[in-house]
Amino acid sequence: MHIPDGFLDAKTWVAASLISAATVSYAAKKTREVLSDRQIPRLAVMAAFIFAAQMVNFPVAGGTSGHLIGAALAAITFGPWSAVLIMSTVLIIQCLFFQDGGLTALGANILLMGITAPFIAHWVYHLFVSPGAGRSRMFAGTFAAAWCSTFVASMVCALLLAVSGTVIATVGFPAMAFWHAIIGIGEGVITALVLAYLTQVRGELVFENAKV
Amino acid sequence: MKREIMIILLVALAVAAFVSPFAASSPDGLERVAEDHEFIEKAEGQEVFQAPMPDYGIPSLADSVFSGSVAGIIGTILTFVLMLGLAKTLTTGKKV
Repeated sequence: MHIPDGFLDAKTWVAASLISAATVSYAAKKTREVLSDRQIPRLAVMAAFIFAAQMVNFPVAGGTSGHLIGAALAAITFGPWSAVLIMSTVLIIQCLFFQDGGLTALGANILLMGITAPFIAHWVYHLFVSPGAGRSRMFAGTFAAAWCSTFVASMVCALLLAVSGTVIATVGFPAMAFWHAIIGIGEGVITALVLAYLTQVRGELVFENAKV
Repeated sequence: MKREIMIILLVALAVAAFVSPFAASSPDGLERVAEDHEFIEKAEGQEVFQAPMPDYGIPSLADSVFSGSVAGIIGTILTFVLMLGLAKTLTTGKKV
């Protein structure tokens, strides 16, 4: 879902950049309050894993592909504010070194995949899963959180494209919704599998600080 | 560094090196919508700068099967180091 340069008009990418810059700096403040030295390498390895996993596009119906965003994985593991920093780091590297996502669209891409997606995932997860919930409920909640994070991010993307005059809302919203409803299934399955693995090898690695 | 951090980092490097070459090359959701509704050309030639490894490839290894794997390994390490540095910077001077 990385928006390239040229899809967004100036007012839209400037506005998205300002919102993202303010949110990321607030996320840095919130993360600083709770971050322990033990967690620093965990954040780093999560960012590295999400970068690598985003390279693996999986085919979906009709000659289209999708890849993991990873925002739900980061948000459920570390909480939404740390997830904002993890996703922003990944998106900045992808933009500056790999031309994945435009430089003018970096703020917009952070808004979609680095802010909207982790917060949606966080809210949906905690709607389904209360503390002390069983494993099956945790994984159902993980799937729902990950699916919603992809879907809602794609809706924000459609909104930015509509505001920019790139594609009208009546076309952009249903088209983005259709493909990302399918891609979201992949996001849900991969996120649930990775979290199942992480909770099995090391329960305290996950959920230790996820309230923040 | 703790063992589980090393294991997950190795898994990430393995995914970047050995799994990414098998990734689907078809357009992603946004690209597909842009093609279907004919606004993909709005991005053509609009890049405001040239990244060193465009499309997850090393330009000098363009014809090699290793191009994507090398780019993936570099990116995974860069991401790890940048996040580590940022998180360390955030906690520097923090009162315990």
